[in-house]
Amino acid sequence: MNDFAFKIGTVNGTGSASANALIMQAIFRMGIPVSGKNVFPSNIQGLPTWYEIRVNGKGYTARAAHFDLVVALNPATYARDVAEIRPAGFLLYDSSWPLDAALAREDVSLLGIPFGRLCGEAFEGDRERQLMRNIAYAGALVAFLAIDMGVVEGMIREQFGRKPALLDSNFKALRLGYDFAKASFPCPLPFHLERMDATADYIIIDGNTAAALGCLFAGATVGAWYPITPATSLMEAFKGLCERYRVDKATGRKRFCILQAEDELAAAGMVVGAGWTGARAFTPTAGPGISLMQEFIGLAYYTEIPAVFFDVQRVGPSTGMPTRTQQGDLFSLAYASHGDTKHIVLFPANPEECFAFAVRAFDLAERFQTPVFVASDLDIGMNDWMCRRLHWDDSYRPDRGKVLGAEELERITRFSRYMGENGDAIAARTLPGVDARGSYFTRGSGHDVHAGYTEDAAAYSEVLARLARKLNQAAEAVPEPVIDRRGAGSSTGIITIGGCDAAVREAVDHLRSDGMDIDYMRIRGFPFGPDVVRFLGEHDRLFVVEQNRDAQLRSMLAIETGKPRDEMTPVLDYGGVPLSAEPIVEAVKGGLRTADSGLRIGQTQSALPGGHPRNPQSLTR
Amino acid sequence: MTSISKPPVRHPGLPRNALGLTTRDYEGGMSTLCAGCGHDSITAAIIQAVWELDLPPHRAAKLSGIGCSSKTTAYFMRQSHGFNAVHGRMPAVASGVHAANRELVCIGVSGDGDSLSIGLGQLCHAIRRNVDLLYVLENNGVYGLTKGQFSASADVGSKSKRGEPNVQPPIDPVLLAITLGATFVARGFSGDKKQLVPILKAGLTHRGFALVDVISPCVTFNDHEASTKSYRFTRGHRHELAPVDFIPVTHEIAAAAEPGAPLPVTMHDGSVVRFRAVGEDYDPTNRDAAYAHIRRLQSQGDVVTGLLFIDERAADMHSVNGTVDEPLTGVPYEQLCPGSAALEALQEEYR
Ligand SMILES: Cc1ncc(C[n+]2csc(CCOP(=O)(O)OP(=O)(O)O)c2C)c(N)n1
Ligand code: SF4
Ligand SMILES: [Mg+2]
Repeated sequence: MNDFAFKIGTVNGTGSASANALIMQAIFRMGIPVSGKNVFPSNIQGLPTWYEIRVNGKGYTARAAHFDLVVALNPATYARDVAEIRPAGFLLYDSSWPLDAALAREDVSLLGIPFGRLCGEAFEGDRERQLMRNIAYAGALVAFLAIDMGVVEGMIREQFGRKPALLDSNFKALRLGYDFAKASFPCPLPFHLERMDATADYIIIDGNTAAALGCLFAGATVGAWYPITPATSLMEAFKGLCERYRVDKATGRKRFCILQAEDELAAAGMVVGAGWTGARAFTPTAGPGISLMQEFIGLAYYTEIPAVFFDVQRVGPSTGMPTRTQQGDLFSLAYASHGDTKHIVLFPANPEECFAFAVRAFDLAERFQTPVFVASDLDIGMNDWMCRRLHWDDSYRPDRGKVLGAEELERITRFSRYMGENGDAIAARTLPGVDARGSYFTRGSGHDVHAGYTEDAAAYSEVLARLARKLNQAAEAVPEPVIDRRGAGSSTGIITIGGCDAAVREAVDHLRSDGMDIDYMRIRGFPFGPDVVRFLGEHDRLFVVEQNRDAQLRSMLAIETGKPRDEMTPVLDYGGVPLSAEPIVEAVKGGLRTADSGLRIGQTQSALPGGHPRNPQSLTR
Repeated sequence: MTSISKPPVRHPGLPRNALGLTTRDYEGGMSTLCAGCGHDSITAAIIQAVWELDLPPHRAAKLSGIGCSSKTTAYFMRQSHGFNAVHGRMPAVASGVHAANRELVCIGVSGDGDSLSIGLGQLCHAIRRNVDLLYVLENNGVYGLTKGQFSASADVGSKSKRGEPNVQPPIDPVLLAITLGATFVARGFSGDKKQLVPILKAGLTHRGFALVDVISPCVTFNDHEASTKSYRFTRGHRHELAPVDFIPVTHEIAAAAEPGAPLPVTMHDGSVVRFRAVGEDYDPTNRDAAYAHIRRLQSQGDVVTGLLFIDERAADMHSVNGTVDEPLTGVPYEQLCPGSAALEALQEEYR
């Protein structure tokens, strides 16, 4: 009960997304923990798309590894869809046509419903028939899974209440699937839903919307962007929110300015310009955009300008797989741009943290006068997550950092933009438009503490050394890691980052229930803070789980803390789909076996020169 | 080499503007450009223009890219914030600055390399966005700072110092800007401050993007015999279109109606640009006619200078966006954050 997963395979552009969202939301409204993963193509119409729903009474939300039920509505993917059903599972298919050979599987129960024929008879026109076929399979799922029909009907009424014609056809389609299922098969299936009361404190939201809310609440006024999947919806959400909350009621004028730039390079320049001027400014982008922004990132770092970048990571390198998820940009964010640079990076694991870290990013950017990156990913950003209700503390006020106004300038004899007072790593800045005494010249070329041009080794080094100290200081200000210790004395730990959280936590629970003492740490900020260093020091057998090929997080840990690499076994998954718990359990337990999903354990190490063989043989040494 | 600040010298005799400031108060650091470089003369014209406009220094933001030309933002208005950004990307920075604080008077300085090669896209899009910015393009036909390579504004046949002719056709920023819908387009010559100053003043007053292309000879790499961007060539081939007078709003506008002022254009703040002796075949408020006129003179080998096109009715970036009048940097946080009650209510929709 309340512990199963199902998957719907359709063709994109046919309107199945709203039916899928309807089902997920209905389960959520029944008080049952649920998660949905949309696995979609980089295409507008006609290619395969899947929606995976996992129901789990205990609240596990990572992607399911196996499916109890598959709804196969796309002949092009029948074979692989059917292969993903667990033994003794169920297959729901459109029986308007004879059973396709690709769908045959002996150990699976077949549920055939002639959705196409039923909708062909009941509705007019190709488009309506196509759309209503989605609602019809939703109706069948209502019967098979014991979804509360009242809840579903209520949602349809909310959506189409003002459009009676649409309301009628939706109800009709829903009933077509429902009645057929009820009449032809024993309903519900052995695994199904039972009302709970576990979602009252939750909402359903995607990470991009949550991040946009964070920008709104943080007081960001300038947003610059260039459309790119999977970051686009962040700015679209911000725009929608601003139109709702930031338009002056009396005049209709806007308290925000969104600039759709000619490219990401320009978007970065706009953010830097606005940040220099004193606005909270941000840009959402993905890996290709980050590549284009490099020069401006270095400029902002060196000239000490606050700027917030959201990198909703997708599969790279290059264009990669734009609609699949990955954590492949860690290096390119942490050390973005040429010369000696290092940046603050925040790693949210879910929409709740997207919201909180967006706000935090603006505070850190202004306090440390430097670019701050929020490294989200497609899974977090675009999928609907069950997320704890967001809370806002009305006493919050933006941390504007050290900014001198007219009064402060009055009190000092000379303003030196790049000189930290009493050796402080952070130097005060001034904003244009305020006071002539605060004027200074910002340049990406060599400068001394007075912001004057310099080619003098000592004067240049003085400023650069302070920047290093500043970034060191930031390590103590970024969000601390989430650490979950088994008890005293475990020498084995598992480290992860960002959206891997749900799967790794679930894996840790498994491992512990199998009797393994294993500690858990999720890193949430870069530069790594003292808690991270301590955890590394306390464990000599570590697994580092991340979604990229090259074990980037592990390398960063080694580079930044000196932790020997051979004490950190990489557990890597980079095929582009959200992580599930099972392969992590397997990887940690066996330490060797590799699945073909792109999961690699220790394998990248063999290609590296020197050192010991690093494949883990067992957990305990 | 380290930056040199000019010693503060008192010149009691210098005239003062309405703010009580002399032109010296609008100067910057010591120029490090080659002696005789056209860019330094443009700097002097900018200083004169802002002094005459009584521009409070703290209200200006100086923005530039990279190049000898872009360096010059350090050589005027030391009491203003300046930002020497990255090569070719000043327009994006200016757009961000202006988005954040619409009350700042943005003065952008760029070069022909900065604007027409690496930054061509940014220039075009800043024009399209009609961001409120004076954009001074200090045009010498070469990349000065990287030692004399041809830029995209070099004319066909113009020869480098070593005698190689340029073969690729030039990009003319003035024609480009008119084509793209720019709302203020002018061309000046660094050797003619008298013509340039009123143009700069009008450009600064214009609400929207004001392109001022200034032929500015590079004495070190492009001022020789066979160059078409030399002082000599420019003096010999310059066709000065109707000189303009700029009459600020603070003056009696009635004075503008005197005879011999055939075409006064009123700016958004009430100032007036008055064209003197515009020929019958030229109307600087008619985009197509202006374009055709410049082309015609160009085909005769003339370098046309003057305020070439002006449209005071077009909406600038903030008008299009519908932004509040006050600078976004000045909106109190309380008016930006919807607060916890709104968040609670909103989340009911996420269930
Ligand atoms: C990304 C980048 N590429 C190349 C350069 C080298 N560079 C500096 S200035 C310049 C050309 C400047 O030419 P222009 O804008 O015409 O200025 P001028 O020196 O002629 O006034 C170049 C190519 C640079 N600074 N940045
Ligand atoms: S190289 Fe040319 S453009 Fe640069 S400062 Fe010298 S004369 Fe001016
Ligand atoms: Mg040049």
